[in-house]
Amino acid sequence: MSRTLLQKVWDLHTVRRLPTGQTQLFIGLHLIHEVTTPKAFDMLRSRGIGVAFPERTFATTDHIIPTLDQARPFADPLAEAMLSALEGNCREFGIPLWNLDSERQGIVHVIGPELGLTQPGMTIACGDSHTSTHGALGAVAFGIGTSQVRDVLASQSLAMSPLKVRRISVDGELAAGVFAKDVVLEIIHRLGVKGGVGHAYEYGGSVVDGMSIDERLTVCNMSIEGGARVGYVNPDETTFDYLRGRPFAPEGEAFDRAVSWWRSMASDPGADYDDVVAIDGAEIEPRVTWGINPGQSVGVSQRIPAAGSNGGVAEALEFMGLAGGDPIRGTKIDVAFVGSCTNSRLSDLREAARIAKGQRVARHVKALVVPGSVAVRAAAEAEGLDQVFREAGFEWRGAGCSMCLAMNPDRLEGRQVCASSSNRNFKGRQGSPTGRTLLMSPAMVAAAALAGEVTDVRTVL
Amino acid sequence: MSTREIDRIEGTGIPVRGDNIDTDRIIPARFLKAITFDGLGDHVFEDDRAAMPGHPFSNPAYAGARILLVNENFGSGSSREHAPQALKRWGIDACVGESFAEIFRGNSLAIGLACVTAPRDVVGGLMTRVETAPATSLTLSVSDRVLDAAGERVAVTVEDQVRDALLAGTWDATGLLLDDFDVVRGVASRVPYVRGF
Repeated sequence: MSRTLLQKVWDLHTVRRLPTGQTQLFIGLHLIHEVTTPKAFDMLRSRGIGVAFPERTFATTDHIIPTLDQARPFADPLAEAMLSALEGNCREFGIPLWNLDSERQGIVHVIGPELGLTQPGMTIACGDSHTSTHGALGAVAFGIGTSQVRDVLASQSLAMSPLKVRRISVDGELAAGVFAKDVVLEIIHRLGVKGGVGHAYEYGGSVVDGMSIDERLTVCNMSIEGGARVGYVNPDETTFDYLRGRPFAPEGEAFDRAVSWWRSMASDPGADYDDVVAIDGAEIEPRVTWGINPGQSVGVSQRIPAAGSNGGVAEALEFMGLAGGDPIRGTKIDVAFVGSCTNSRLSDLREAARIAKGQRVARHVKALVVPGSVAVRAAAEAEGLDQVFREAGFEWRGAGCSMCLAMNPDRLEGRQVCASSSNRNFKGRQGSPTGRTLLMSPAMVAAAALAGEVTDVRTVL
Repeated sequence: MSTREIDRIEGTGIPVRGDNIDTDRIIPARFLKAITFDGLGDHVFEDDRAAMPGHPFSNPAYAGARILLVNENFGSGSSREHAPQALKRWGIDACVGESFAEIFRGNSLAIGLACVTAPRDVVGGLMTRVETAPATSLTLSVSDRVLDAAGERVAVTVEDQVRDALLAGTWDATGLLLDDFDVVRGVASRVPYVRGF
C-alpha cells in the first residue's frame, strides 16, 4: 500500500488507541525552552512524576534573552527568573541545557537541525508553534502547549488526533530575488490562515526539491501560519548531505543504515493525499504583508487591497494605517529586523548581506541583524558578514528570538513600522501594542532598511 | 490520576466578534514572562481592551460570563497555553465558535476548557442575542451537543474525541498516557533512531 511520510511516521510511533479515540503517539525528540516549561515541571513535581526519557529531551534558551547585554543576572528580573527556573529544572531532571555560555545555544528551531538532532522519520514536539520547522528534514513535528509539555516529559508521548495530508507542489522556477519566504507567504495567502487546520502540509515539486535545507526550514516554519500544525518535506539527498557529520547524526556505517531507513520513510510514489494544490513558482513575486495576519500579503509590485465588503481587511488597514488601493512599495519603515526562527540562518544572513554590502541604512531606520544561533553567528563572522552589516549601519547582535515576539528588550515603540523577516504580523506582536509589522524575506528587509521604505529587491540585485 | 468530568456548563455569555483572533491578542507576550499562570486572567485581551473602550471584556454587563462566543479561527498563532489559561482564569469554561486553531483547541482541552463549534449564522445569532440581553442564561451540554439559550436549543458540534475526554474526565491526559507505560517502552525499542542505527 502506498503511504505518505505522515502515515508511516504515525503508524511507527503509535503506542495505542486511547479510550477517547485519540492516538497515543510516541515522541522521539522533545525540545524545550524557558517560556513554556516552568509550569510543566511544577506539575510533574506536584504529582510526583519524573521525566520518562530525559535522554530524549534537550533544552536551550532563546525567547527571553537579551541580544545585547547577556550578563547575569539579567536587567529584567522576570527574564532572570525564567532562565533560572529552566536551569534548576534541567539540573533536577537530568536534561542537557545549552545555556548562554554554550556554543550550541540558539533559537530552538535553529539548533535542532544544526546539531543534527532533527532527523527524518522522527516525531518531535516542542512548546512552541513553530516546531513545524523541523519538518524540513522529513520529521513530523508538533507545536504544543505547557500541559502537553508536561505529558511528553511524563510519558514521552502525546494524545493526538489524526491529521489529513495536503500535498503542496511548487513547480517551475523562482525568479531571482524570490526566496523561500516568498513561496510560503504565497502559499498562506492562497490557502488562507486557517486553510491548514486539521492538515499536515507536505511540500514538494521542483522548487522545493531544489531548495537547500535552510530554505525548506523557512517554508516548514510558517506552516502554522497557514493553520497547519505540521509541515514537512520528504527526505532526499539534500537532507542526507545536510545531516552528514553533524554532532547528533549517526556516524560511519550507522549513517548509511540511517540513510536507507530515512529514504524508506519518504512518501511512496502514488501515495493518497487528502488534497493536492499546485503552484507555479514562476508566478511568485517577492511578497510583503500589509495586514495583521500572515495571509494578508501582496506581491511587491501590487497594490494593497481595498477594504470592500470584507471586515477583516478594513480592520487590518485601520490598524496598519495603510490605504486600500495604494502600492505597498514605498511604504515607509522605521525599523528593519533580520532574524527569528524563520529567517536567521547563515544563508539568510548571506542574502541580506549581499544587498547591504557597501550601502548605508537610511538615516531614520534602526536596523538589526540577529543570528539564530551562536554557531550561525560564528559562521557569519568567519565570512565577514558582521563587518558588512556593521559598515552598512546594521546592529550585529547575539543569538536569540529578539524582535520576533516582544519577550526581551528588542521591541518596537509606539506606532513604528518594522520590515521584518519574522513570521507574525499580529497586532502588538513585536512589543508595542500599536506597532506594525511588514513580513518579507531577509533580502527584502535589507533593501527596505537601505531605502527606508518597502523596495522591490529585484531592482537592487 | 483522575480529573474532573465535564458535561454541563451553565452561565451567561460574552461575545468577541472577529475572525482570526490570535493568541498574541488574547494574552500579549509580555505576560508570558512569568513562571506561573497566576494572574493571567487580569490581562486577558489587555491590548485590545486598551485600543477599544467598549471591548466586551471591559464591559461590566458581561462580568461573570462563563461561555465565550467567537467567530472563525479563534486562537490562531502562538502555542502559548497562557491564552486558554487567561480565559479560564478570567472565568470562561467553554468557547462556542465557528472554528478554532488546532493548537489552541488542544491546549484548551488539556485544561478542561471546552471548545465547540457551530455555523456562522448560529454563532452570529447567539452573539446578537447576548449583546441584546447579556443576562441570557446559556447552558452547554457536552453529552447532548446542545447549547440552550434561555429555552432556545441549538445544535453544536463536539468532536467525539473531545466529548469523550470531557465526559470521562480524561482531558488531562497524563494519567491515560502513563496507564500502560510498558507499551511506550516497547515502541521506543522498535523505533530505529531510538534503538540505534
